[in-house]
Amino acid sequence: MNSEKKHVFDNPKNVKRVLYGLFTSLVLLLGLEPFVHKHPYFAWENWFGFYAIYGFVACVLLVLAAKYLLRPFVKREEDYYD
Amino acid sequence: MIEFIPPAFIYILGALVVPLLRGRVKSVWMLLLPLVSFFFLINTQVGTSWEISFLGFDLVPFKIDRLSLVFAYIFHLISLIGIIYTLGIRSDLEYVAGLIYAGSALGVVFAGDLFTFFVFWEMLTVSALWLIWAKRTKESQGAGFRYLMVHVFGGLILLAGIIMYISEQKSISLGFIGLHSPATYLIFIGMGVNAAWPLLHSWLTDAYPESTVGGAVFLSAFTTKTAVYALARTFPGTEPLIWIGAVMTAFPIFYAVIENDLRRVLSYSLINQVGFMMVGIGIGTELSINGAAAHAFAHILYKSLLFMSMGAVIYRTGKINATDLGGLYKSMPWTALFCSIGAASISAFPLTSGFVSKSMVLDAAAHGHMSIVWLTLLFASAGVFHHSGIKIPFFAFFGHDAGHRVKEAPPSMLIAMGIAAFFCIFLGSYPAFLYSILPYPVDFVPYTSSHVLFQLQLLMFSALAFTLLLLSGIYPAEIRAINLDVDLVYRKGGRLFYNLMDRGLNAVNRGVEQLLVRVFLVNLTTFVRTLPATMLAKICWPFWKSAFDAPGQKTIMENLRRRAQSGFYPISIMGFLAIIYFGLLFLL
Repeated sequence: MNSEKKHVFDNPKNVKRVLYGLFTSLVLLLGLEPFVHKHPYFAWENWFGFYAIYGFVACVLLVLAAKYLLRPFVKREEDYYD
Repeated sequence: MIEFIPPAFIYILGALVVPLLRGRVKSVWMLLLPLVSFFFLINTQVGTSWEISFLGFDLVPFKIDRLSLVFAYIFHLISLIGIIYTLGIRSDLEYVAGLIYAGSALGVVFAGDLFTFFVFWEMLTVSALWLIWAKRTKESQGAGFRYLMVHVFGGLILLAGIIMYISEQKSISLGFIGLHSPATYLIFIGMGVNAAWPLLHSWLTDAYPESTVGGAVFLSAFTTKTAVYALARTFPGTEPLIWIGAVMTAFPIFYAVIENDLRRVLSYSLINQVGFMMVGIGIGTELSINGAAAHAFAHILYKSLLFMSMGAVIYRTGKINATDLGGLYKSMPWTALFCSIGAASISAFPLTSGFVSKSMVLDAAAHGHMSIVWLTLLFASAGVFHHSGIKIPFFAFFGHDAGHRVKEAPPSMLIAMGIAAFFCIFLGSYPAFLYSILPYPVDFVPYTSSHVLFQLQLLMFSALAFTLLLLSGIYPAEIRAINLDVDLVYRKGGRLFYNLMDRGLNAVNRGVEQLLVRVFLVNLTTFVRTLPATMLAKICWPFWKSAFDAPGQKTIMENLRRRAQSGFYPISIMGFLAIIYFGLLFLL
């Protein structure tokens, strides 16, 4: 007896749509790169997909480092200072 | 006809009237203050300054140039937005503190001499404190007190530096200082405390999340950005700032990933954003100083927008930890939308304000061929999207539905968020407006096809990383826990110091008391009390020995002791009578 209104993301189909939207945009962004005129300051900016790979790797490393290196080191109970 | 009234006067004097007013008049009065002040400001020529001679020094309480103007504009805008946001909260303490706080920040940016500068700088700390204490919880009391201690410490370093600097320079005018003597290092560090430099930053992440719903909006705007202004004024082109800034952009994002309190996540990302400004100031070219100022302008808007949206969440649900939130887009759709606009801006999506300001700093670093700094800033750009851009809206408004069914934020809050969100998009879509008020002429084109494409690649692949980590379950679950930071040093260290002092100094105290009061004084009194009897006994002993038998000796010894105890000796009586006699002689 759920009388509450159904919301956008209650429907798993819509969540999937968002994910497919994301994946399509990724392919599109990489696909457009050869057609864009680059004016780089650094040599690595000429490598294909540099920004894409850097963004992805940076975030994965960020999360892994935060979870496995920083958290065990700094995590304490909420009442630690009381 | 009054030609001009400095904004600080309007704000601070206006604030003092607020508690006397009631109802609608009070609201109108508060909204008028920034508007009237702004009206005076735009009618004043750049270059105007007031000079007053005071105790042999030339005070310049008011001086306008283009650098102070950028900061003054944004301070006016954000104080107006902050006032609208808090209209429904009805707390005179917050209104007065908030207005004095904003007024002090405006006082700093227009100060033309070190004395005025320092007075407003300290008023900033004192007024901000009440925005934290106004929450009236045990946590906010503690955090406010630590905030005060850290800033008093920073203020004293700054004051020491200023006094030494004035005696070196024989002038109190405020301008470029640069690092060259102990005095300038002290000033540099004193300003660094307010700018939340690494290791000096924990007052910010400690106190801001404990402040009131409206207080956080004001706090996020003024203290650090006033320090950004001060450093841009006095230390442009100082190389250590580049490295300090680079570290600032990078380290907070690791904390932000594992932090549970969403306003604390925002506080960490605030430090990260101020890092970009520090790098801009440190590089010191026209492009980079413009970048720092533009980024401060844009940052104040989207950061306060994010704090406003989280404030609305607290206001309605009473919760702020990611573990207690989720699915709020269903009941607070407008707040969710405005939060997402703020999130997009801080992540520097094209068509938002972050895109047109942050890229100036990155470009300035690239112009200077600073590859490590540039790569760090790029890493921080991806990271900030990760925690502020995705984590904040996702855990609060989307993600796992925590089951809160609350009302949408009140109209005053929605209007304030709406104005901030409008400016985020307006500045991003029409950067010429922002560029026209920067300190130096701007020759920078943010919207090139490659720049847009690369920024989108960076952000969307960061989003991919988040999505994959979340779906695979690797993304760290939010945990009810706190994370240690530098404040450990004084929070635990303070207690340790107290205990050490208690055990160390108090032990000395107790030992000395034992020795002096319990042992020495007791022995001394006993000694003094028994001295006459013992001496008499010693003197009389040979005589008694021959005159009395053993019981007789004992009796006479007892009598002597008793007399000694009561102090009753014939000689004392004679002495007493003699004193009375001489006393009478003297008086008569």
